[in-house]
This record gives sequence, C-alpha cells and structure tokens, in this order.
Amino acid sequence: MKSFDYIRPASIAEAIAAAAEPGTAYLAAGTNLLDLMKGGASRPDRLVDITRLPGLDGVDRLDDGAMRIGTMVRNADLAHDPAFARAYPVVAEALLSGASAQLRNAATVGGNLMQKTRCSYFADPAAACNRRSPGAGCDARQGENRSHAILGWSENCIATHPSDFCVPLAALGAVVEIAGPAGSREVALEDFHLLPDETPERETALERGELVTAIRLPPDAAGFAAHSRYMKLRERTSFAFALVSAAAFLKVEDGIITEARLALGGVAARPWRSKVAEELLKGAALERRTFAEAATAALAEARPSGDNAVKIELARRISIRALLLAAAGTPSRLPALPGSPLSSQYGDLANA
Amino acid sequence: MPDTLPFPPRMGSNAGQPLSRRDGPLKVTGAATFAADNHPEGMLYAVPATAAIARGRVTGMNVAAARAHPGVVEVYTPANRPPLMHDPDEKLGLFGMRMEALQNDSVRYAGQPIAFVVAETLEAATEGAALLAPEYAAEPARVTAETGERYTPERVGFGGPLSVGAGDIEAGLAAAAHRLETRFETPDQYHNAMEPHALVAQWDGDKLTLDTPNQAIVMACGLFAAYFGIPAENIHLRSPFLGGGFGSKAVPTGAQILTILAARELGRPVKLALTRQQMFGPVGHRARTWQTLRMGLDGAGKLTALHHHSTGATSSFDDFIEPAAAASRTLYASPAILTTHDGIRLDTGTPGAMRAPGEASGSAALEVAIDEAAEVCGMNPLAFRLANYAEVEPITGKPYSSKALRECYEAGAKAFGWASRPLAPRQMRDEAGMLTGWGMGTAVFHCPMFPASAEAVIRADGTAVIRTSGADMGQGAWTALAQIGAAALGLDPDQVEFESGHSHLPDAGVAGGSGHTASAGQALHNAGEDAVARLAELASTDPASPLYGTGNAGVLARRGRLYARDDESRSESYAEILARAGKPQVEGTGKGARDPASAETYALQAHGAVFAEVKVDPELGQMRVSRMIGAFAAGRIINPKLARSQYLGGMIWGLSFALHEEAIHDRRTGRIVNADFAGYHVPVNADVPEMEAIMIHEDDPHVNVLGVKGVGEIGITGSVGAVANAIWHATGFRPHRFPVRIEDVLPSLS
Ligand SMILES: Cc1cc2nc3c(=O)[nH]c(=O)nc-3n(C[C@H](O)[C@H](O)[C@H](O)COP(=O)(O)OP(=O)(O)OC[C@H]3O[C@@H](n4cnc5c(N)ncnc54)[C@H](O)[C@@H]3O)c2cc1C
Ligand code: SF4
Repeated sequence: MKSFDYIRPASIAEAIAAAAEPGTAYLAAGTNLLDLMKGGASRPDRLVDITRLPGLDGVDRLDDGAMRIGTMVRNADLAHDPAFARAYPVVAEALLSGASAQLRNAATVGGNLMQKTRCSYFADPAAACNRRSPGAGCDARQGENRSHAILGWSENCIATHPSDFCVPLAALGAVVEIAGPAGSREVALEDFHLLPDETPERETALERGELVTAIRLPPDAAGFAAHSRYMKLRERTSFAFALVSAAAFLKVEDGIITEARLALGGVAARPWRSKVAEELLKGAALERRTFAEAATAALAEARPSGDNAVKIELARRISIRALLLAAAGTPSRLPALPGSPLSSQYGDLANA
Repeated sequence: MPDTLPFPPRMGSNAGQPLSRRDGPLKVTGAATFAADNHPEGMLYAVPATAAIARGRVTGMNVAAARAHPGVVEVYTPANRPPLMHDPDEKLGLFGMRMEALQNDSVRYAGQPIAFVVAETLEAATEGAALLAPEYAAEPARVTAETGERYTPERVGFGGPLSVGAGDIEAGLAAAAHRLETRFETPDQYHNAMEPHALVAQWDGDKLTLDTPNQAIVMACGLFAAYFGIPAENIHLRSPFLGGGFGSKAVPTGAQILTILAARELGRPVKLALTRQQMFGPVGHRARTWQTLRMGLDGAGKLTALHHHSTGATSSFDDFIEPAAAASRTLYASPAILTTHDGIRLDTGTPGAMRAPGEASGSAALEVAIDEAAEVCGMNPLAFRLANYAEVEPITGKPYSSKALRECYEAGAKAFGWASRPLAPRQMRDEAGMLTGWGMGTAVFHCPMFPASAEAVIRADGTAVIRTSGADMGQGAWTALAQIGAAALGLDPDQVEFESGHSHLPDAGVAGGSGHTASAGQALHNAGEDAVARLAELASTDPASPLYGTGNAGVLARRGRLYARDDESRSESYAEILARAGKPQVEGTGKGARDPASAETYALQAHGAVFAEVKVDPELGQMRVSRMIGAFAAGRIINPKLARSQYLGGMIWGLSFALHEEAIHDRRTGRIVNADFAGYHVPVNADVPEMEAIMIHEDDPHVNVLGVKGVGEIGITGSVGAVANAIWHATGFRPHRFPVRIEDVLPSLS
C-alpha cells in the first residue's frame, strides 16, 4: 500500500489547515475510503483523521425547529435515536436499509454523503475512468452498466451516487453545513452532488480543504412524518445497494395531498428530486392513477446509459409503490426489513 | 433423533449422537490458529502482482521502482525466477493443475500472477507490486461463448467419461407422445471460502514446514514436493483449521509455489495471504455451462428418452469441464438416456471442483427441465417424478445399495404441505398480495471414497489416541471422525485424543467429494477395531484374565472394558489388561477404501427432495425464498447436528445459485467486475428465512462398513431447481439462466 501521512488534528481549524494541500483526504470511519485505498483506486498522500474532532457528533433540535446532525454521528446511532426516528422515520428507514449492521455502526453522516460511486470501473485502477483520472475515458459506457445512471448522466460518466440516506435528505430539503479555508458556508443537499457533464471528477460542491461539519433538516421537514416511505429495490434482501429506490413524502388533509416530496436513488450521480412530480401531486387525491402520473413525470427525461433500460421502468414502479405506501401511512414501527418491498405491506414483523 | 442408527453393540454408542463440534469454542473465541495467523521469526510477506489483461504478454515492468521501494526485499519476474524441479505447465497426477509460476511472460487470464514481490511488511510488498506498473501487448479477450474456442475434451471432471448412455435416444424421441427441448445457462461462480488462500513457508535445510489450509493434506505434500525436488516426507504441512475450502484448497497454486521458492532463496520464512480480489482467477472456480435437455414423454408421463448435453467452459491452457450432464445418469428411469459434453476455451483461470462439481450445475438444469416435462404432461411435479422413479440405476441396471428417495419425497412433501399446491402457475398470493409459488427438486449425489489410513493406540491408562491427517474445513470432521474412532475403540470421545490436520500422520485422503467421513472414518473404525482386537488377544490368551479363552471375536468393547460376548459378567478394563501384560500400549492400524465388489454390484448414491416457497413482488419483481424444506437419505448419519448444518449450507448454496451468485466478466477486457463481497453476492440472513432439513433413515450394508454415504454436497442439488420451479409457479416465468434477475421475471408480471 502507498505510504501516507496520518494527521490527527485537535480542532476543526487544524483539520482544515492540514487538508489545504493537494492529495489530502479526510478520514472518517474509512469504510469507503480505506477499501478504495487498498484496491489502489484512491492514493492520497495524507489522511486527516476527523473522528476525534470535538463537537461534530451531536443530534440537536435548533430553536427554529430545524434538526442539526453532526458529521461524525454514526449511521446506526442516528437511525436508532428515538426522537430523530419519530420525526424523520423515512430517514431512519433509509439509513437502516443500507449496508450491514457492522458498517452502519461505523459509517458516519459525512462519509455517507461523500462516499464514492460503486461503478466497478471507478474502483478498478486498471480501468479507464474519467471520474478517477480526468480524460482517461469511461470503460463503463461499453462495459457492465446494468446498475448505472438513467438520469443526469453524460457521455463522460454514467455513474450513480449510491447512498440511501441522501435520498430522503434531498427530498426534505436538507442543507449541508461546510467549514473551509474561506470560512463557513451552506449548500442545499440537492445541489451538493454534481452531475458529471464535462467534469465527472468534480463529484461534490466541496472545494479543496473543505469539511462537511453537519447536515441540517429544515423546520418543516418533520411535517411529513405521518405519510412517508422509503422503498429500495435490489436482488439481495439486505446488504446490497439499491438498483433503484424512492423516498416519498406527503402531507394529507381530508384525503387531498397538500404537499408532496419525491426523490429517487440509484438513478443518477445525485439523489434525484423531482419537483415536477411534486407539483403534479400537490392538490391531488390519494389515487394510484395520480401516483403513476407523478412517477412517469419524474422519469420523463430518463434514458438508458447502457444495458439498463429496465431501471427506468423499475424506478417508475418503485416510485408508485413508495407513494402508495406513504399514502397508506407511515408504519408505527420500523419494518423488520427496512426499505424492502417484501415487508412494506406486511405487519411490522412479518417476514423477518 | 429418529434418524440415527444404533451402532453394532461392540462399537459403543457415541456415534450417531449430535455432539457439538469440538473446535467450536476455539473458533468463536478466536483462539484457533489459521494459516495466516502464523508469524515465525524473521518472516517476510509476499504479494503477487496480477495481470490486468486477459490475454497477451507482459512487455515491461518497472522492477527498479518496486525494488527501490523501502522494505522490498526481492522482486521475482519470469526473468529471475529461480528454477523449479517440475514444469508448472505439466499436470501432476489426477488432481494437479497447470499453474502460473512465472514460467514465461504470457498472460492467460486477468488476475494471473505476473510478478511476485517479497518485502519486510505487507504494505511494502503491496506497494512494490503496484509500482511494477506492467505494460502489455494485449490480444482480444475471449470470455464469451461466442468468442471462445469450442472443442471436444478428452475427459470431464477428474478423468470422467465424456459420454455415457444406454438405449436409442432418437428412437425414444420418435416414439414419444410429447417432445421437449430446453436450454440452460449457468454462470461462473467462485468458491469464496471465508478464509482466503494463505501459506507460510519455512525451510530448515531441505526440510520444509508449510502452514496452509488444505483439503488433501498428504497428497498435497507430494505435489508441493515435486516442484522442489524433495521427498514428500520432508514437508510438514500443517492445516489444523480451514476457513472453508469447497474444493479450492486441495492442490497447490502458482502463488503458493512461489512463496515456498522465495522462502528458500531468501533463507527466511515467507507468508502469502491472497486478498479477496486475488482469489478470483488463480485458485479455481465453477465455470459456466450451456446445457440442452431433450426429452421424449409417453402418454402416461413416462420418459421415453432423456438426452442431456452440457458445454462447459475451461481455460485456454488446461481442462476442467464440469461433468454437468452426469446429473442425468442416475436419477430418472428412461429406456434411453444419453449424457454428453463438450467444452469452450475462454481466457479465464482454470476452473476446478467446487462444491458438487457437475451435479450442482447439472441438477439445476435437469430439475427445471423435469418440471417443464411435468407441465407438458399436465402432471404435478411430484407425481411426475414418482412416475419416472428409477427402481434400478437407469443406465447400468444395477440395484441401488439403498435408496430411500420415495421416503424423502413423502416426508418432504408432507412437512411442506405440497398436497395443496395448485397445478397451474400464478394461483397463489399471500396476505400481502405477493405472488407465491411452490417448487421442488430431487437431490442426488454419488458416494465416492478415497484411500485412507489411520492408527489407533490404546494407552496404559485406558485412554486412546487416534491419528489420521483429516481436514476440518468447518464441516466438523474433527468431531465426526473422533466419534467414529471412539466408537470403534469402545470409548467416549473425551477419552480419545484425536491427532489430525497435519501431514506427519497416516493419510486421511481427500476431504472432498463428500467422501471424507466415509473414507477417513472407515480407516479410523478399522484402526480402532484392530487395536481392540490386539487387546482382546492379550486378554483371551492370558489365563489370569477373566476373558481367558474367549478368543478375540468373542468380546465386546464398551466404555473402556472388554466383555465376554456370551457372558457379560466376565469383563476387564483396558488398563488392567495392559498392566498385566506389562505393555505401555497396543497399536492398531486401519484402512478405508471402496470395496470394489460393492462398487461393481451396486449403484451408490445419496438422494433427497427439496421443496421451496418463493414470494415475488407482482410489480417490482423482487424475489425471495420464504421457506425451504429438504429431506435427505444419505446412509448412516454419524452426527445429526453437523449433518444438518451441511444440508442447510448446501440448500442455501442452492438458493444462492438460483438467485445471487455470478462472477461477471467485462466482455472487452475479460476482467471480473465484481471480484469482492460487495459485488459478488451470496445470500445474507435476510434471504434465508425458514429452512428445515429432515433426515430419512437409510440402512446401507453395501456402501461401506459404516453405512455412510456423505452429506457435504447433496444439499445444493435439487435446491436450485426447487427455487427456480417455485419462481415459475409464482409467476409463470420459467428460468433458463442463473442467477434469475429482476428483469427476467418482469415481463411476466403485470
Ligand atoms: C459492502 C458495503 C455495502 C454498502 N452498502 C450501502 C448501502 O446499501 N447504502 C448506502 O447508502 N451505503 C452503503 N455503503 C456505504 C457506506 O454507507 C459508506 O461506506 C459510509 O457511509 C462511509 O462513511 P465513512 O464514515 O466510513 O466514510 P469514509 O470512508 O471515512 O470516507 C468516505 C469519503 O468521504 C470523505 N469524507 C468523510 N467525512 C467527510 C467530511 N466530514 N467532510 C468531507 N469529506 C469527508 C472521505 O475523505 C472519503 O472520500 C456500503 C459500504 C460497503 C463497504
Ligand atoms: S461511469 Fe463514471 S465512474 Fe464509471 S468508469 Fe465511467 S467515468 Fe468512471
């Protein structure tokens, strides 16, 4: 393995200063970064370990009703925080649908946001990959691309962002809090992951040395708690990334949708929020036909990037399912198989 | 446990009991030392550099950069690799394979070792390998059926015949009321034992100690020794624990040979531990097959002809063709049966034996085809199988040594509730609206034995030690074999010390082919009996013994005492007999091997019936097995607890074959794109909700002295078909390619 410097800063300011040099990566739990380093796809010169920085692991309700989650909060701790899960059941469900129990115990909020695509050519240093080395080409275009993007891709890169957690976050209008050499700033999560266009190597809105410090859910995000669901389609019942997924949120009054949110996962280089679909749903009744129209609208622009046309239809269907289940009401307890269609219509523990 | 047989009285009673595995506490506390846990003083680390192309030549490597990296001790390439005493491109014996040990600059598959870096630390060796940055003259990779070279191999599997059959297929088809032709494709699968291949080599003069997990400990020493020109006895191979083998840890591979070579050249111990990714290529796999079944059926639903042809993939440079069509030789009665094979050469590593080689892929196709035939005849799949039940082995006409398959069908169907299964597909939904289907498959596996030998020593204090080089891959050999040895000695297992798992012991044969318990077990059984006979000899010829005059056939051995068979009031303890004879111990030896006469006279097969329930989301196509029940008849069960684990493990592998496992090659580069556990899916707990293995009593006096058939592999067979047939029953979609994907079933849904 390539030798690298390891730095353990005592403060956020020290961390940012240490990360100013090119070739630096922040190390959180390392569940993604270390795998890539071992495989040779990522070869940083120095790691700045942020796991012991003070003040980054809180889950706090702010005065305005917003919820701030520190970047070092572990995925499992967040999902199992009772107050958090009550207010944002779908975020908890999405988190618990991801990876394995061991990984969730380690993985951090910031690491989940910042995790790399699972495109296998990205992870294989012998493959040509524009995202890993700009201008090298994209082996996925002619390669195995069944799970690649159907929205927002470019000729230069057809990778998807694999996170489950980010899908409901995008729908709920979460904000990413960032600290950097030039001070602090905020970016809407929806805009945080960049579509590839001409520069697939630019994966997120972060500039060199910038650190994600927290994610904030706006005050109104908890208003969807009664009618929301996350649905994730995959061949293996657990411990698999989504082929496609959808997070659906409704506010319902007298059988009429007063506000809706819909975001898709596994379809693009960012969690894909569809405002068109949300508009269509607003003011509509809780009917399958409306959900189908909304889902179709959400995928109107979709086109296969390779051998993956089936994902378009699957994304449409998983959106309908998520909307139907959201309409039926959030289950009172987290399903035994979070995010799985196989437990969505069952009693909470059926099929466990 | 109704499924255990009483042992003959003189053998005591511990065999047949569900003892927990003796090595369990060591494993769960982390105290068990696996090969890579060894760190002899002064040890170096070896890391192979692997090829990124699938065919061509290495034209350059930056050896200087690798050598210059701090900590790197030596870099081996074809230019400086010291000579070996055996050509890596020459096969050795029946099981040896051609391998890559830097004999030249050619690349035959992606992932092939092309250089070997040895360093003071693992990190330095890894970086040294990365710094080599090889350059290649690449040729197009041939990793698809279309690009591979079709050929006719001489043999299939390990020396098996290409074609076996009886009767006239074309006549059978011509006479048939219904004819059916159906094709299947099975994927590349990799063994992926939990413990990666590892080896620590230490030389002391011309003596060599190897710590490496191995399934054929004594045989492997002979193979390793040949590459170094030393007698096999000079090698002490230690393999106390294996974290799984599944067929991939029996014969040496190139990287292991290079590790031993480096240890000799550098005069220091060297360790190799492959990464998960490095296991995709050089250590064997189950290769793809393309199978065609042609069947003729008469008006009553009986087969008139069954032709099973399988095309198996192998590498460009060696031959291992899955004997997949062999699955059709022994299961269903038909006046005409033909099983044939050919091969396709691809730019992949050479495949090898992987849990149920041949049967797993072959049974997957056969059992789906049989269901298609049942459908054509409008018959319930179980009734169809019973209508075509083989009372004698179809091709050979031999009687089965024992065959309780009918009882397996009956018990499995009853436990599953098969009787209420609607005939047509798409009839069942569960309360949540999921399409629900029920399917079944017949399980079958042959019962090979390997030559094995063992020793048993009864000591002055009445305890014993038994010895054979058995391999515990996690299947529980240490426990089951100790039970057999102890039973033969008339002792409790905790009075018997079991020495096993290294090569300075009598050869226990191969832990493979589901034959380890039968082979090594029989050797231990005979050794124990021999030791008891010697003890009886001492007692019955000693006038001072209460057993005087009984003759050594006239005694029973039980709980550390010998009893006169006809008068149990006459008895004496082992310790007393030895003390009076003034002997520190008596020694017995024993052998295990197939009795040629019984193999000549009888068809020797284990059987089973597997039933599966599958749920399919009617819109999304997500599939999940919700219930699986297998009933198996495999002769005497030495330890029902361990046997159950083997059955369940096999059934889960069948589920995995049906729904998950597949190594995917990039068709242009030939590299495997999912060469790790994140990408190469095996089932997780959530995929395996409810499973049951029922053991059906089978008393087999012919298969071997112990009546043991073996349980290690049969669970996979039948299970793939059961899951696939349940998918059909749920959806109306008939799987012909494994693993079944969401997009496969989707068109049949709304
Ligand atoms: C086998 C497997 C299966 C998985 N399945 C799923 C799944 O189904 N769904 C899913 O959503 N995820 C899945 N994951 C991904 C997992 O969620 C991520 O690996 C994890 O969230 C990363 O968090 P980490 O703390 O380990 O990040 P690290 O590995 O430490 O870091 C990841 C990246 O983020 C950067 N980074 C980390 N923190 C910060 C910060 N605060 N500011 C700026 N940059 C930062 C690092 O530099 C690095 O580039 C899976 C992972 C594995 C290995
Ligand atoms: S899809 Fe993107 S990440 Fe994958 S190989 Fe192409 S450029 Fe690289």
